[in-house]
Amino acid sequence: MKVGLFIPCYVDAFFPEVGIATLEILEHCGLDVSYPLDQTCCGQPMGNSGCQDDAAPAEALFVKNFKEFDYIVGPSGSCVHHIRAHFDAIPQTEEVTKLRAATYELVEFLHDVVKLKAFPWAEFPHKVGLHNSCSTLRALRTASASEIDEPPFSKPMNLLRQVRGIEFVTPARPDECCGFGGTFSVFEEPVSAKMGYDKVNDHARAGAEYIVSADMSCLMHQKGCAERLGVRVKFIHIAQILNGARA
Amino acid sequence: MKRLDHAEAASRFIASTAHEAFHDQRLWDLRQKRDREAHHIPEWEALRELASRIKEHTLSNLAGYLEAFERNATANGVKVHWARDAAEHNQIVHDILSERSAKTLVKSKSMLTEECDMRPFLEARGIEVIETDLGERIQQLDDEPPSHIVVPAVHKLRGDVSEVFARTLGTEPGNEDVHYLAESQRRTTRPYFLAAEAGMTGANFAVAETGAFVVCTNEGNADLSANLPKLHIASIGIEKLIPRTEHLGVFIRLLSRSALGSPITQYTSHFRSPREGAEMHIVLVDHGRSARLGMADFWPALKCIRCGACMNTCPVYRRSGGLSYGATYSGPIGVIIDPTFDIRKYSNLPFASTLNGSCTSVCPVKINIHEQIYKWRRVMSEKRQLPLVKKATMKAAGQVFGSPRLYRAAISATGMAIEGLPRFAIYNWFNKWGRQREVPDAPEATFRAWYLKNRGGR
Repeated sequence: MKVGLFIPCYVDAFFPEVGIATLEILEHCGLDVSYPLDQTCCGQPMGNSGCQDDAAPAEALFVKNFKEFDYIVGPSGSCVHHIRAHFDAIPQTEEVTKLRAATYELVEFLHDVVKLKAFPWAEFPHKVGLHNSCSTLRALRTASASEIDEPPFSKPMNLLRQVRGIEFVTPARPDECCGFGGTFSVFEEPVSAKMGYDKVNDHARAGAEYIVSADMSCLMHQKGCAERLGVRVKFIHIAQILNGARA
Repeated sequence: MKRLDHAEAASRFIASTAHEAFHDQRLWDLRQKRDREAHHIPEWEALRELASRIKEHTLSNLAGYLEAFERNATANGVKVHWARDAAEHNQIVHDILSERSAKTLVKSKSMLTEECDMRPFLEARGIEVIETDLGERIQQLDDEPPSHIVVPAVHKLRGDVSEVFARTLGTEPGNEDVHYLAESQRRTTRPYFLAAEAGMTGANFAVAETGAFVVCTNEGNADLSANLPKLHIASIGIEKLIPRTEHLGVFIRLLSRSALGSPITQYTSHFRSPREGAEMHIVLVDHGRSARLGMADFWPALKCIRCGACMNTCPVYRRSGGLSYGATYSGPIGVIIDPTFDIRKYSNLPFASTLNGSCTSVCPVKINIHEQIYKWRRVMSEKRQLPLVKKATMKAAGQVFGSPRLYRAAISATGMAIEGLPRFAIYNWFNKWGRQREVPDAPEATFRAWYLKNRGGR
């Protein structure tokens, strides 16, 4: 099975450690993983802004980089959601539709495809609050949402529960959006920042030492909010914990 | 019409921290009550699906159901009028009133009459219009539109209400006791019920097979408005139709649970024909609804039963207040309806969303609200309604992300020196990000650089 490692632009630029952890877990699973060097972005910022013409070159480039793989795996729910649900600025050839269906967010890939049941190398002796991004929660459906009348389930929790020493805390509004929202974070800055402040305060009140998520973009926003507010909570991507990061 | 600046209006709302905190918590409480009620009913998701299908069926056969409704209502002794738009609606209502020399109209809440801007139209023609529901009355006395379709004055604190009532009703200044304030409003409104020549209500549902309509309220003012004066006018949007009485069983179970987290409203009043010696008129209003029904991506918005659940759950709405949307309909449902009234004015609204999808998950008639918000963004771009800075940013970003060389140049140095991006776009971006947030530190090496160094041979 050939796996293409999809590292979103902001992870590449700001959080290389998340990319490294993702790569190492996949390698740990014995998969044939490689990182296409010419990748840039999935097209989401332009697509979400309604600018299909501007999204098309990025989407075409994504296809060129990843078309040869059986699976494409990335540590970002929102980017994967874009590819699955909105990646239509370019003609929908068979190659494109196949690639869209073969693209997975890391947690669902480990949970549903690799079916990884144990992480004996992982230990994280800290109090952790899980932040499910809206893309993973309500679009990729890797966990049940509080609005919907359905049996509770959580793929990220299923994985994290295998980590030694980890403790979970639950904020008062576990499903509330943190306010990142891509370009929303800038074009609706006042509301975005207020939502971020409320989110990190909610986790801090619950006693979280770390906020963990499958979406680093939410965490980038929350981290910026926490640092400005002086809230003492740390941020870590789920890939890092599953890969054995201790702090 | 000038483009509405939601972000700016929201920042003013947030600046009043007590208001924002109360508003957010009050509506979040409603959302939690709604969850408790919904999770109480095993068939909740099936009810939503059923409600959605009944509405889809009705909207797909709307002309026939409207004609049946008119036929049956007329047979019941009701006079049915048709209004193509707001102007026709207001004129029809005025004609009915003036032909009977009615000078005072008591009314209970109706978003449709807000949509039609009916009150100023009638007031300019010498007719006094009294809102009789507490929240709506507060807003009328303060000369503000409702900020929420179910709880119209939810953005106000009790101190604000005390101030409005002291100024307009002569209540004791500084007395913020909730019961005192509510009682004062009731006492001052009651005489109007007795004096008014005409009463007006909206309708939550209009039943085609019987010609009856149903009004769901908690204060009972609709019943007083409808039953005390000798003339009852009901303004009803054409999308309120449902085929049969039995379908009410689905919608009544969903409506108040979704809206306020209560099993049912205090009053569920069925109106079918005029009382002896009284008149009943129904104005069926289109006002853009037929045009919306013809929009391939947006017609499901007409399924809306105006419960407000999408507003209560919306994290953006809760923190920006309904007035920041500058329209009759605010929150997620407003975002997808308002542009059909004025695309230019409301061109920013589809961007006042994180696309989190909570609205869609709570909607009792399963409107794909956040997907429509996404589609409206495309419409705004295609119709050249994007602000210059957004358009320029996306054009430049599209070029950078379309080229591995430009992309690598952009992130190689500091993560900020972006070749080809206009400077104003860069500064706009980082200034706004950094106003209340720290900018992430650029690492020593990008992931790609690390990969080349550590897995370079592959």
